[in-house]
Amino acid sequence: MQFRMLPLFLLAAIGVVLAADIDYPLDAPGPDGRRPGGTLTQSMPAPPIANDENRDLKRERNYPDQPPTIPHSIRGYQLDMNGNKCLSCHSRANSAKSQATAISITHYMDRDGQALAAVSPRRYFCNQCHVVQKEVQPLVGNSFETIDKILQDDANAAQKP
Amino acid sequence: MKALFALLKDYWGILRRPSVYYSLGFLTLGGFIAGIIFWGGFNTALELTNTEKFCTSCHEMRDNVFVELQDTIHYTNRSGVRASCPDCHVPHEWTHKIARKMQASKEVWGKIFGTINTREKFLDHRRELAEHEWARLKANDSRECRNCHNFQFMDFTRQGKRAAAMHSTSLASGEATCIDCHKGIAHKLPDMSGVKGW
Repeated sequence: MQFRMLPLFLLAAIGVVLAADIDYPLDAPGPDGRRPGGTLTQSMPAPPIANDENRDLKRERNYPDQPPTIPHSIRGYQLDMNGNKCLSCHSRANSAKSQATAISITHYMDRDGQALAAVSPRRYFCNQCHVVQKEVQPLVGNSFETIDKILQDDANAAQKP
Repeated sequence: MKALFALLKDYWGILRRPSVYYSLGFLTLGGFIAGIIFWGGFNTALELTNTEKFCTSCHEMRDNVFVELQDTIHYTNRSGVRASCPDCHVPHEWTHKIARKMQASKEVWGKIFGTINTREKFLDHRRELAEHEWARLKANDSRECRNCHNFQFMDFTRQGKRAAAMHSTSLASGEATCIDCHKGIAHKLPDMSGVKGW
């Protein structure tokens, strides 16, 4: 009887030793990415919502076919089945009056490259690709280089002996 | 018909004959006081219908347009100044207000007969209703906007570049008025196909 219970007792004893021996914190510090400071279980106060950048200055594109970002606020702009506020300035017909950038010819094509009279339905919802930017610093670092920079670096390296 | 005519004639007789029993002072003073009471009562009742509480006491307004207003800058903003329904939809000057209130009798008709008493009916009528408001504001040079937004006191340097460009040219010259560009700022828009500028 006593002999049969022995493994159980041993297991319990090992368990107690292991539990006492634990040396990592259960509440580990959170990764310093989007949410610097605090531990995993702590709720940190949320940063305030930043304003939309509203300077009306076109930003550089990182690559040629990047959808340009919107350099102005679009608060309250209606963009649905009934109307498209963006097009009231950016459409082909209205861009001369508003001096806004006209949307490119690709927006008037269906996916087979056939030209259409009006904006293609698959391009209608502008903010699927074009978005406003906030007045904030990037949350994480980024080592992206544009192709121009790479070509320039290449050329410079070749010139050196 | 003949009896009615006789009755009217009787009343006309009472009206045109001088008073026999009442003094001139009583009639003058009584008329004055009755005038104050009736006029005051009329205006009080009128002002009662000129509140947001009155507008949103009907589900047609409360569940459709009032809900949409609540997202916009005319309802909630950083400084807490806001416009209520009659600020934009009823003129503030008395003459124009009475004219608008008389027009609104058609809205009473609509309420009684349930012209827009479901969401579907409301959406069907939305373009027509919106066009009425656009036409009204276009015709009166956006008077209800200008009750608060006075062009004289606009500081273009505090406006966005695009806003300043538009306001200092088209609006300043009177070529365009507020509603020409600022449609759908307080409520959702209907199907805009065929509307100028859209």
